[in-house]
Amino acid sequence: MATETHDATGHGAEAAAGHGTEAVGMPQLDFSTFPNQIFWLLVTLVVIYFVLSRVALPRIGAVLAERQGTITNDIAAAEDLKQKAVEAEEAYNQALADARAEAQKIIAETKAEIQGELDEASAKADAEIAAQTAESEAKISEIRDGAMASVSEVAKDTAAEIVSALGQSADAKAITAAVTARLKG
Amino acid sequence: MDQFIPKPLFGGDVINWYTPTTVTLWMALAVLCVILLLVLGTRGRAIVPTRVQSIAELAYGFVYKMVEDVAGKDAVKFFPYIMTLFMFILFANFLGLLPMSFATTSHIAVTAVLAALVFVTVTVVGFVKNGAGFLGLFWVSSAPLPLRPILAIIELISYFVRPVSHSIRLAGNVMAGHAVIKVFAGFAGALGLFSFIPIFAITAVYALEVLVAFIQAYVFTILTCVYLKDALHPSH
Amino acid sequence: MEGELAHIGAGLAAIGSGAAAIGVGNVAGNFLSGALRNPSAAGDQTATLFIGIAFAEALGIFSFLVALLLMFAV
Repeated sequence: MATETHDATGHGAEAAAGHGTEAVGMPQLDFSTFPNQIFWLLVTLVVIYFVLSRVALPRIGAVLAERQGTITNDIAAAEDLKQKAVEAEEAYNQALADARAEAQKIIAETKAEIQGELDEASAKADAEIAAQTAESEAKISEIRDGAMASVSEVAKDTAAEIVSALGQSADAKAITAAVTARLKG
Repeated sequence: MDQFIPKPLFGGDVINWYTPTTVTLWMALAVLCVILLLVLGTRGRAIVPTRVQSIAELAYGFVYKMVEDVAGKDAVKFFPYIMTLFMFILFANFLGLLPMSFATTSHIAVTAVLAALVFVTVTVVGFVKNGAGFLGLFWVSSAPLPLRPILAIIELISYFVRPVSHSIRLAGNVMAGHAVIKVFAGFAGALGLFSFIPIFAITAVYALEVLVAFIQAYVFTILTCVYLKDALHPSH
Repeated sequence: MEGELAHIGAGLAAIGSGAAAIGVGNVAGNFLSGALRNPSAAGDQTATLFIGIAFAEALGIFSFLVALLLMFAV
């Protein structure tokens, strides 16, 4: 509608003239408004361009870079802490192993000491036992010898008594010889 | 098509090049939205972002990655320029979808200037960076020799058609969406009791238009990146 | 009379929108079948997908524009 009222010689006016009073050309092809649109478009673009390139984009870029940096730092710190934790665990394990080895050593030493004492004591006991055994054996053999002597004595006496009881005098030498021969078997 | 007619804001009928019009109003609102999102939204500079700040960072990362991936690492110095285009088109498209608003990006004049800026930038950068080597863009060295002049003509034509398709795609998409909604709205008035059918359709088309508003901003930006890649690395 | 012919022309030009719809469907469908064969490579190619869709759609938009021009500007 506006195209018909002002005095532009644009396409719209021509189209309107060709079609009668009601028909309106496409407003997009009304060249009388072009300078206006182009002027304001250029103003808009320049304003947006300066706002973006001077303020907005550096700021957003900085924020994104800062965030990236923070994330990288945090990841590095986490990596560090993890490394430390691993080291601590290793140290703990090392300490544990050391303690265990120390304990094993002490146990072995103590065992060896006890074993030594035990060996000594048992050797002493063995020696004592051997001495007593030897003494006892000596006594036993003495007793046995004594007993053997007594047996031949008693046998001679008994033989002499038996002979005399049978009413015969016996020669002491003959009896002794006979008993000795018997004892020898 | 009345919705597409720019009107002077403060009365009067004459539109001079400096007259504040609805174009001015809605472009200013787009600037305001950009500032709200990207400047005020990030004033906290928080390590853990607020909601608005994370949207701003999302937009930054989205466009930055697009520039880096599509146009290459050495195109990063054009990032503010491309970000400007993206944010302006995105907010202009979204604001144009508000009822009773004025869709600035539905105007060929606006999109043609945007596309012409890209075209001029790409051509100038191409010649400054590569000198005459930029013409290698049109000389397809992998093709058989007799075919090359023909291909060169085709490549040349497609190079100059770029800004046309670049601008008409954006304006046409935005205008088409508004026109379709307008047509359905006309049905709704005519059908009386059954007007719920076109109203439902309007809702669906509106949802599609929200998607298109984003996709067209994305496509405009990514095509800018593609053209920029051609300027920086003209070999095929 | 001339106006009616222009309207018929506009309707014919609108067929182009349907053709563009076929084109866009082709792009998206082929992308999907490719993406399902090799999902790991699909993510990098979404940009290419959108560029392809944009090119296909732009031609449909051209026909729509022709229709609009016939309706309102001729």
